[in-house]
Amino acid sequence: MTKEKTEKKTPSSIEKFILHLHPARIDKRALKFNRTFGLGGILALLFIILGVTGLILRFSYIPTIDHAYDSVVSLQRDTVFGQFIRNLHHISAMLMMVVAFLHLIRTYYSQAIFKKRAENWIYGLIMMFMIIASSFTGYLLPWDQLAYWAVTVITQIIEYIPFIGHSLANMVRGSDVVDGNTLLNFYTLHTGIIPMTFLFLMSMHFWLIRKAGGVALPKQDNTEKVNVIPNLIWLEIMVAALLIAGIFVASVFYHAPLQEQANPMNSPNPSKAPWYFLGAQELLLHLHPFFSAVILPLVVGVFFFYLPYFKYDNLNIGVWFNSPLGKKMTIHASIFAFVFTFILIYLLEHFLHFDIWFASVGSWFATGLVPFAIYVIPVSGYLFYWKKKHGAKTEELVMTITTILMSSYITMLLISLLLRGKGMLMII
Amino acid sequence: MAIASVEAFFIIKGGVSKVEQANAKKELFNAGKVDSFHKNKTYPFSTGHFFLRRFEDGGFLAMSVKCTHLGCVVNSNLETGGFNCPCHRSQFNRFGEVLAAPATRPLDIFPIVIKNGEILIDTNKAVKRTSFEKSQLTYA
Repeated sequence: MTKEKTEKKTPSSIEKFILHLHPARIDKRALKFNRTFGLGGILALLFIILGVTGLILRFSYIPTIDHAYDSVVSLQRDTVFGQFIRNLHHISAMLMMVVAFLHLIRTYYSQAIFKKRAENWIYGLIMMFMIIASSFTGYLLPWDQLAYWAVTVITQIIEYIPFIGHSLANMVRGSDVVDGNTLLNFYTLHTGIIPMTFLFLMSMHFWLIRKAGGVALPKQDNTEKVNVIPNLIWLEIMVAALLIAGIFVASVFYHAPLQEQANPMNSPNPSKAPWYFLGAQELLLHLHPFFSAVILPLVVGVFFFYLPYFKYDNLNIGVWFNSPLGKKMTIHASIFAFVFTFILIYLLEHFLHFDIWFASVGSWFATGLVPFAIYVIPVSGYLFYWKKKHGAKTEELVMTITTILMSSYITMLLISLLLRGKGMLMII
Repeated sequence: MAIASVEAFFIIKGGVSKVEQANAKKELFNAGKVDSFHKNKTYPFSTGHFFLRRFEDGGFLAMSVKCTHLGCVVNSNLETGGFNCPCHRSQFNRFGEVLAAPATRPLDIFPIVIKNGEILIDTNKAVKRTSFEKSQLTYA
């Protein structure tokens, strides 16, 4: 009956455009809000808000070290709605970090990244990296103390990459140190290259979702289909309206931070990275830089990209946590990783001074291999326990490793954010 | 195709990297008269990006303020006479040697020349070292 209706009515050009983005009819179960939580759509909207506010900010921003800071100050003070636009841009960017992470978690734990969708997982990960790169290049632009020192530290990390590190870091900075060339490089990346690349990746991402048949759903014999217009579109408009309203209200009350103007002669004490990088900063405190800045990111990165391609036998596409055991293991592992990481960091801070005890052997052993082993051996034992005692399969074990990695990062982030004071010393 | 991509890489690299232009002046930093520095004290020269320390025996050592871990500016620690990094908690003793990780090598030093009773420091040339040695000191 519904089919007749659609044939009679000629869609307007707007509707036709929508039907290029969405299929005409979708499975009713895909409409349930807690299937996707609308996270992907929210990200697309945030990208648009960031693009529009970013374009407006470009009118008053001057990318030179003499004027960058002053131009931001004068934007906030003299331009009508200047502060508001900057707040919108800042809050949307922060939100994008959070929502992108949640979207990644959602797709992974609802088992929506395998087979046909594996390629899209790769695109998604590259976009996650782009969001991080975009935030990183963005916060240099106000040229305040946070900007200067965060960029100094992170570009120096690149120097630890063997052979090419030094020239790569100089290429990113456009100089030996962070200076006007760096600012110009980052400005170009932030306002041109990254958004442009992102647009391409996003198009691929959307197209591949359609090719895979929309939102991943558990297999079922009788599926009920409904029209996208108005069923899905109405939902999307509602979420978008709520989101925009929320960000606008937040932008009235919360001001984007601006520290003192960058001073290459004095690092603030403590110097903390932006919150989403604090997990990485915490890691840098405890490990040899070659381990914390090169080996671990590389291994974890390869692991995440390889996630859809492990040899799985019992995949349950679209089923949250794959199985009841998977759910139990995920919850257990996130708590285990939180407690374990917390205790380990507390001990490293106050009792385990490997850097002094093994100073004669070399720092790569004392602050590299030893803490690495202290983390990896108990975690391996933990995984072994699930395998032997509960007969966990590859799907569940890989999911547990992923959970442990993410939970550990969040633990480190929280420790660095809440429990570190002057001189980056632990306050408990 | 391969040749084109190599060419493209170098064109982009040339456009992005402007390192060569940056190296311009080569002047020595004049820190002042030898007599104005007390023994066993550290003097910060923030414009020159170094700490000048005079040791008990009168020898001078100019140490870079840049932490060897990731390049933050270290603070002088008044209690120990050493230096602490505010970014990743590295600690150095008064000779610039590592007391606590994550830093893996001592603070870099700058060569000192003493001419007509004045201390001149070559701040363009940071010298990496693995430990403190007596030969690194400069005497009047």
